[in-house]
Amino acid sequence: MPNKQKLQNLSGQAHIVGVAESNKLGKVPEKSPLVHHSEAAINALDDAGLQFADVDALFTAGWSTLDVAEYLGIHPRYTDSTSVGGSSFVIHVAHALAAIAAGYCEVALITHGQSGRSDRAPIPRNPGTPMAQYEAPYGIIGPPISYAMAARRYMHEYGEDRTRQAMAEIAVSTRKWANMNPKAYFYDKPATFDDYHNSKWVAWPFHLLDCCLVTDAGAAIVITTPERARDAKNGSVAILGAGEGHDHSGISQMPNLTKAFGRHTGPQALEMAGITHSDLDLAMIYDSFTYTVLVSLENLGFCAPGEGPDLVASQRAAPGGDFPVNTNGGGLSYTHPGMYGIFTVVEAVRQLRGQAGQRQLDNCDLAVAHGTGGLLSSTGTVVLGVQ
Amino acid sequence: MTNTTSKPQPVSQPESDRYWAGLKNEEIWLQRSTTTGEFQFYPRNFSISEPENGSEGIEWVKVSGQAELFTYAIVHAAPHMGFVGEVPYITALVRLQEGVIIPTNIVGVDPEPEALCIGMLLKPVYEHSDVSQTLLKFTPA
Repeated sequence: MPNKQKLQNLSGQAHIVGVAESNKLGKVPEKSPLVHHSEAAINALDDAGLQFADVDALFTAGWSTLDVAEYLGIHPRYTDSTSVGGSSFVIHVAHALAAIAAGYCEVALITHGQSGRSDRAPIPRNPGTPMAQYEAPYGIIGPPISYAMAARRYMHEYGEDRTRQAMAEIAVSTRKWANMNPKAYFYDKPATFDDYHNSKWVAWPFHLLDCCLVTDAGAAIVITTPERARDAKNGSVAILGAGEGHDHSGISQMPNLTKAFGRHTGPQALEMAGITHSDLDLAMIYDSFTYTVLVSLENLGFCAPGEGPDLVASQRAAPGGDFPVNTNGGGLSYTHPGMYGIFTVVEAVRQLRGQAGQRQLDNCDLAVAHGTGGLLSSTGTVVLGVQ
Repeated sequence: MTNTTSKPQPVSQPESDRYWAGLKNEEIWLQRSTTTGEFQFYPRNFSISEPENGSEGIEWVKVSGQAELFTYAIVHAAPHMGFVGEVPYITALVRLQEGVIIPTNIVGVDPEPEALCIGMLLKPVYEHSDVSQTLLKFTPA
C-alpha cells in the first residue's frame, strides 16, 4: 500500500514549468502524430524558458519513448512509456515527480501526439487480449459502447431521469467553456439543452453530445526541480499530490461498474497534498463522455455515490458557477485526439498561473487534474497548486 | 482487425479451448475454484480467488446458462466495419446464476430501451459459425 508519510514528504518536490499544445488542433491531416509531439515539445520548452538540451527524462504513451526521443533527437537518462490509456499522461506527471525527487533527472518532458481524426498511424490492437477474445466478437468495441453500459447501470442504481439531466448539464456547461477558448473545436458553436436531447444516438443511453470529439492534436508538459523552477519564464506550479492505478481492462471485468479507480487515486492525491475537496478551486476531469465526469466526481470524493447529479445541477460547473469543471471546454468540446489526459494538466496549469484568458477563474490556487483511461480502467489524479 | 470488413472472431487460447469447444456443443463450461467454490470468467490457467494452488486449484463445471440482464447499450453507430449491417444491436453484460458476469448480445427483442429491463431473466442462444467459434448470446427466458 502507498506509504502516506513518504508521499507527504514527496509533495511539492517538483514543479511544472511549461505547458503547451501543438500548433494546430482539430482537423490536421497534413501533420503526423510525431509532428504534434515535436511542436508541443518545442512550445512547452519555450513556455518554460528551457531548451531540448536541458531535457534528461522523457515520458509518453501510445508511442514508445524510443521512437519519440529518436524523432526529437534527445537522449534521455530516464524513460517511461507507461501506456494505460488516456490517463497515462497524468500518471507521467506523478512519475516525473518521483524521478526528479529521487535524483534520476532534473528536466522531465511529457509529450503526446495523436491523429485520431485523420487516422494517421493508428495504434494497433492486440488480438491476443481477453478483450479481443470475449468482447469484440459481440461488437463490444471501443469506448462509447463500454462507457454506455456502465452509464446504464448507473441509471439503474441512481435513477434514469436524474442521470440524464446530469449528463445534459455537463454537455451544456462544458460547451459554454469551449465558447470562451479560441483553441476549442466548438469555440464558435454554442449548444443548448435541446441540442443535447435532439442529438442522434451513438450507443443508447449516449447521445452524440454525450461523446467526446475525435481530433488531431498534441500537448507537452515540462517538469523540473523546485530550485530550477524559480527561473521559469512564465511561473511554475507545484505538484502537491498524486495517485494512480487500475482494476480491469475490458468493461466486462470491471469490479463495480459505477465505482472507477478514482475512488483510490482521488483521496490519495488529496491526502498527499494535505488538502480537502473544499480547498480546490478547479476540477479538470477527463470527459471522454458526460458520464465520465459524473462518475469521476463521485469517485474522487467530491460527493457520495449517486449525488453527482446535484454537484453539476443548474449549470454549477459552467462559467460563473460555483463549481467550475473543465474550463478549457474538455474532450467534449475543445479537443480529444484519443488519449486526452494531458490536456487536463495543461489547462489546470494555465488557470493556476493566471494565463487562461477570457475564461480565467478569479481565484485559482489549487486544482485537481484527473485522467481516466481505457474502459474506465485506469485513473491518474494529480493535485497542483501555486506556492 | 479494425481494417477489415468482417467481424472480429474469437481466437481461442490453450486456457480457453474448453470453453469454446463447449459452446460448439451448446454447452456452457465455466471454471470454479476447487477450494473456494468461486466461479470465474474468463478461463485462466489458475483460480484468481485462490491463485496459490495454480492449475490444481480449478475445475471445469457445466452450467445451465440461466442469467439476468446486468446492463446493456443499444449500439446505433457501428464501432467496426463488420457491424455496419447489424445496427442497431444490443450489447450487454449478463450475470449467470453462478455469479459471473459475461459480455454478450441480447437477441430476439426490439433494440429499444422499452423492451429491456435490468434484472430480466435470460436464457442462452448459440450462434454457430462454419468458419469460427460459436457465440453465446441471450434472449428473454
